[in-house]
Amino acid sequence: MTLLASLLRRREAGIAVMIVLFCLAVGAVKPQFLSLDQLRIILLLTPLIMIAAMGQMMVIVARHVDLSIGSTLGFSAMVSGLLYRFVEGEPWWVGVPLSVAVGAVLGLVNGLLVQLFRLPAIIVTLGTLSLYRGLTFIISNAKQIDRQWIPSELKGLSQTSPILGIPWIIFIAFGVALLTHYFLNHTRIGRQVYAVGSNPVAAPLRGIDVTQVTLLVFTISGALAGLAGILYASRWGFVNPSNTGSGFEFQVIAAVVIGGVSINGGVGTVLGTVLGVLLLGCVAAALPLLGIPGTSQAAIYGAVILVALLIDRTVRRQGIAQLRRTG
Amino acid sequence: MSSETAAGARDAAPPRPRWQVLLIRPESMTFVLLVLGIFAGSLLSPFFLDISYILRSFTLYAEFAIVALVLTMVIIAGEIDLSPAANMALAACLFAWAQASGVPMPLAIGIGLAAGLVMGAINGFFVIALQLPSIIVTIGTLTLYRGLAQVIAGDKSIRVPEWFIGIDKQMVLGVPLPVLLFVLLAIALGIVLSSTVFGRQIYQIGTNEVAARHAGIRSARIKLLLFLFIGVVAAIAGMMTASRLGSVRYDLGLGGELQMVLMAMLGGTYIFGGRGTILGTFLAAWLLVIVSTGMIVANVLPAVQLVVLGGLLIVSIVATNFIYSRTQR
Repeated sequence: MTLLASLLRRREAGIAVMIVLFCLAVGAVKPQFLSLDQLRIILLLTPLIMIAAMGQMMVIVARHVDLSIGSTLGFSAMVSGLLYRFVEGEPWWVGVPLSVAVGAVLGLVNGLLVQLFRLPAIIVTLGTLSLYRGLTFIISNAKQIDRQWIPSELKGLSQTSPILGIPWIIFIAFGVALLTHYFLNHTRIGRQVYAVGSNPVAAPLRGIDVTQVTLLVFTISGALAGLAGILYASRWGFVNPSNTGSGFEFQVIAAVVIGGVSINGGVGTVLGTVLGVLLLGCVAAALPLLGIPGTSQAAIYGAVILVALLIDRTVRRQGIAQLRRTG
Repeated sequence: MSSETAAGARDAAPPRPRWQVLLIRPESMTFVLLVLGIFAGSLLSPFFLDISYILRSFTLYAEFAIVALVLTMVIIAGEIDLSPAANMALAACLFAWAQASGVPMPLAIGIGLAAGLVMGAINGFFVIALQLPSIIVTIGTLTLYRGLAQVIAGDKSIRVPEWFIGIDKQMVLGVPLPVLLFVLLAIALGIVLSSTVFGRQIYQIGTNEVAARHAGIRSARIKLLLFLFIGVVAAIAGMMTASRLGSVRYDLGLGGELQMVLMAMLGGTYIFGGRGTILGTFLAAWLLVIVSTGMIVANVLPAVQLVVLGGLLIVSIVATNFIYSRTQR
């Protein structure tokens, strides 16, 4: 009960406790899990998910969901990959703003469809999920962007390190998380995201432009998926039209939901989401160590989403009960 | 409306003429598109008007179409299920794995059906008992079921016995068996949904669940029944797919949720519940087959087909939404 009580007060504390307990449990079976080396492996598993999770979190806080981010990631990575392949001598960093911009446009399209036609985001983005994936095939002519086309400086982002042997992409991911935290908590429109999510009917009465907020969260989500796309090319060194980013949305949604972002909108913090991503990273890192085949990863993610939903509901119920008692 | 009728319209708007009512039904849009599709297809290829060719093409989509019929009822009841394609894969994997490890065939089929029932029950439990939104729950179970299928089958394919293969080649009265099953199920569900108390209750739940409960409709029980039903039907569809393909892999029916939702949406089922018909989904399934085979006949890349299907989904919900927002039943 004390654990539940602390969960109630600070959801993030609960997730942190879960991470520690999980690591200790795995460490009890396989002591090498509790090493600095392993920490590096866990950290390297997380940056792409963390970046996309920041956008997804904003979308979910605003009471929508973006299923298309996996395809957005693939499409933006492919656009940059084609640029590297077919345009000679452009600087390597051009791909970064390009991917982000392409992702932002795809996100904006989602937002426009959702907001202008008053459609449920889940169905719209299920449509754009396959739409964007198909477009990726078309622009790439169904051909993979191979290792030799990706500039080595770009690949260096996930190999070289500015400090402590920690690669650049991890710093980028945490930088994005910090910016998101600042945006959501210290800007006017950031607070409005919460207002829209907790009560979309009341928000316009308080002078909040719901259309603007909706378009913004979808655009940011797309842009961050685009950033994750170019970093995918950096991390793995190739872009494939069929598997780059496919299924990515489920991992990201799993991380966000574990992180305590309520699917009913209005609730969620960056810290919680970061912890959710880390927990997912710990699970992913523990599987091979425990001898569990990679084929069971998807099942575990699915189970994790359901468990997180259960926790979310329990916490919400308890929270409401507490509100009733005190107020 | 002109100004002199506006004064009298305070009491009640005059009923729309019957032809107008028919014209603004979303199913009419589906029907017109279907006719246009057949016309365009016949321009592309002389084989297209061959009814047996279309029937044979339909067997490729019949499994999804059968599930889409039930999904229509789920959506009308105000919920959604994105997991049936994954459900198909898991049920088929369990079935194939069981019979490959020596379980007698009837029992293996029973295992597949039971698995479908359990998966439907899990969805129903989360949605109804825990009152979580079905879209998020079924995203979770979609990942879980597909993942479990991968755990069972690994990356290999499991063969099914020779005599079990080829349900799509079985002809009854000149019609492939899966197509016949689809037509029969459509007729049965159409009657249930439009002409039974149970069917009307589904509409009432979807239109206003709170009001429906106050009117004494057991919404929880009906929704659970629908989830169980779609679970079992998905399992049957999964085993039908196994029979058509001759082997089972974990990626069986991958991406099927898009096609199922598309069939329901294209047939004019209202995504927010309360409106839609089996006839619409029935027509939309044929439309989808016409469009898909039309694209194959026209040698369109599979990737373009993805774009067309995704675009079609968006256009169809926009159009249906538009029609319903203009017409209050």
